Amino acid sequence: MLSVEDLAFGYGRRRIGAGVALTVEPGEVLCLLGPNGGGKTTLFKTLLGLLPPLGGRICLDGEDIGRWSRRRLAASLGYVPQAQSGFFPFRVRDVVLMGRASRLGVFASPGAADHVVAETVLQTLEIGHLADRVYTEISGGERQMVLIARALAGAPRIVVMDEPTASLDFGNQARVLGQIRRLSRAGITVILSTHDPDHAFLCADRVALLHEGRLLALGTPTATITPETLAHIYGVAVAVVPLPGHGHAVCAPLLPD
Amino acid sequence: MTHETEILAPPGRARRQAWVRIWPVLVSTLGLLILVVLALATGRFAVPLSDVIEILGARLLGLPARTDPAMQTVILQIRLPRVLAALVVGASLAAAGATYQGLFRNPLVSPDILGVSAGASLGAVLGIFLALPVGAIQGLAFAGGLTAVAAVYAVGAAVRGQDPVLTLVLAGVAIGAVLGSAIALLKVLADPYNQLPAITYWLLGSLASVNLGDVGAILPAIGLGLVPLVLLRWRMNLMGLGEEEARALGVETRVLRPVLIAAATLVTAASVSVTGVIGWIGLLVPHVARLLVGPDFRRLLPASLVLGAGYLLAVDLVARTIAPIEVPLGILTALIGAPFFLWLLASGRRGWA
Repeated sequence: MLSVEDLAFGYGRRRIGAGVALTVEPGEVLCLLGPNGGGKTTLFKTLLGLLPPLGGRICLDGEDIGRWSRRRLAASLGYVPQAQSGFFPFRVRDVVLMGRASRLGVFASPGAADHVVAETVLQTLEIGHLADRVYTEISGGERQMVLIARALAGAPRIVVMDEPTASLDFGNQARVLGQIRRLSRAGITVILSTHDPDHAFLCADRVALLHEGRLLALGTPTATITPETLAHIYGVAVAVVPLPGHGHAVCAPLLPD
Repeated sequence: MTHETEILAPPGRARRQAWVRIWPVLVSTLGLLILVVLALATGRFAVPLSDVIEILGARLLGLPARTDPAMQTVILQIRLPRVLAALVVGASLAAAGATYQGLFRNPLVSPDILGVSAGASLGAVLGIFLALPVGAIQGLAFAGGLTAVAAVYAVGAAVRGQDPVLTLVLAGVAIGAVLGSAIALLKVLADPYNQLPAITYWLLGSLASVNLGDVGAILPAIGLGLVPLVLLRWRMNLMGLGEEEARALGVETRVLRPVLIAAATLVTAASVSVTGVIGWIGLLVPHVARLLVGPDFRRLLPASLVLGAGYLLAVDLVARTIAPIEVPLGILTALIGAPFFLWLLASGRRGWA
């Protein structure tokens, strides 16, 4: 169980957010929603231990992760960054194998067992056909799935995804969200950020609204995503309409005439 | 391919894979050997290839030699040290370049950037200026290279809130400029009849005056520098993902990065201390190696070592045979390297393919 207690975060002396407190249960999907500049990415970097907390603490099963080694942190917390074009033309298989770094000694190279893990993860995500393709030459949606595979190859209990649906087409967005649900059913905790409140409805158990570095609301999607809260954080009028027969709602901005 | 086939691969396939792994080693070793024999045979005093092989055989295997002693002296005392130095220095500069490029995710990065070459040059030029003995000149070159990269790294670490890689590269350019002006000042102050030609010649790089003792003297430093590169060869791939992603995947970049930089710098400074500045190898060879074997450092490092060794040996062969006087190496490596680099830019590869 991940618990965040009175967390203040930012870069160096520049404080971006404070007073964040939340807990995430195993297998839970927590969606972080908020406008640009609201501190989502900074909060994620702090959760991953890439930035030191400016106050408060982050605990895994009651243990403060502040002094954990990078390897130990990475073995528990997988990270899926936004899919960029990539620098070196590695094969997809080799990119996924890099996810094994947290499970290998400093001087070690991945062995047969690691190859099996990478292969299994690729099959699980149904992207086995990409294994021998070059990472820099596949589509954005495929890259996003490969980065998820890379994170899963390290067998983490928690996966943190920074806007996994950004810059994906409609179909790939749905595929990534579906994958997040499947991870959750497999007992993996997923913490993701998104710009689209609809995505929170589709995949999240709970939603955290982050506005100006503070948690505005924390609860189920239905309780937190309302016309009032969305209007407050995004500054535009929004209709939240229940989708008949699906138990969740869809959001649409309302433009002034 | 499913993971079952990976585990239960038929023996025939395993044998094929072993063959696939071995043939590049065989081909490159054979290629280097041919080049070495060719380099030993070629020169103002031409030696037949059969005699070269006979002399080497006599020396290495204790076979009886029937060649004349003058020929042996040319091969073993004059050409062999030069060939060995070309192999060692070419391999070192290329390996350092491959490391820097991976670490800084920048195709422009090479030992020439980051101030390593400039720092080592300043050290050596100062040594020549003060009319110090050869050993002291090498020591100063070595100290200069390490000091320069330490300064670059310190500036990079002090400037926060910027892209750390960009900061480091820009700091290298700026510090390199300062070192360059110090070198220029020493050249102006130097005795124009004795020191200035020596300084100029050294700055252009040459293997002409290298002896076996020089090669032996830099081998421990180069060996020491190569050890971390070999041990961390797989982690190097993750370093190329950038600071944040590498750390998120469990790599202690704050430890590995300084270690890898120090290792590549040690190798570079040791090379520069005996041969002077031989530019472009650290930039060019890793690109070619990447084109041949891909970006995986586990293959890129050996490929860079072999190609760098062969390339400098070949260029040195050209340098001492193309004209009645010997052409300084730095001129040739730049003449070949710069157009190739422009071709890389123009072909839109960005050097990563």
